[in-house]
Amino acid sequence: MGCVEARRCEVLASQVTFAECREYITTNFPEHYEVEPGFHLFDVYIIGVPPVYVGIEGEDVIFPYTKPCHGTFILRAKGAGEEAVRLRALKTDKTKTKKR
Amino acid sequence: MSMPSITGEKVALLVLGCPEVPVQTSIALYLMHILRKKGIRPIVAGTKAARTLLDIADIDRHYLGDLVDLDQCIGEIAEKRMDADLCFVFIHKDSGISYAATMSSLLQGKVYALVFGDKAQELSQQITFSVGVITARVTHNPTPLKNKIDALAGEW
Repeated sequence: MGCVEARRCEVLASQVTFAECREYITTNFPEHYEVEPGFHLFDVYIIGVPPVYVGIEGEDVIFPYTKPCHGTFILRAKGAGEEAVRLRALKTDKTKTKKR
Repeated sequence: MSMPSITGEKVALLVLGCPEVPVQTSIALYLMHILRKKGIRPIVAGTKAARTLLDIADIDRHYLGDLVDLDQCIGEIAEKRMDADLCFVFIHKDSGISYAATMSSLLQGKVYALVFGDKAQELSQQITFSVGVITARVTHNPTPLKNKIDALAGEW
């Protein structure tokens, strides 16, 4: 959580349902990958109802982030090139992620 | 904080979100009482507020076992350093469903969604993944939820 907060991620949407989150990412980000719940991104573990999607736009990573008291947020981590590269590299490993 | 590891002992994980609905703490303590009677060790993963309520309510640890941070617990499970034979996810808002789906995906054991609060029916209809669902539209009166837990306890 610290890393996510330290990055000062842009909040694209707040208090969304998991279904709204899924639709937002798949609709707005043509490059998106399906990840399993528990997928490690930055220093957080992504939680959610499958299918869970993470979007990429350039070097930005767009992902759902759930806080138990405040619901699910959709965050944009800017300049997250290393994580974007890792997500793209994992796309062939269907146990981890798959490109949609 | 040291985390519980995978051992031969039967373990149940209780996942608690924000304790804004009063029945949550009461039912968590009651469930731990039932589990202990069956020789199952309870572990609570929750927010700081949820953990503190339980810690103070059971200061002598008659029912409580380990109390762990929710985010840390997800990490331990995702990294396969922790597992549970049973898991009970307490749900009174949408985020709880996300935690239940995650636990269902990651844990080997049986996962139950305990759905309560004003939106219990609406929330339980959103649970389309494979978990046991226990629903009671209660906020202050834990008895209907307790009765449903009693009816299921024979399975554990």
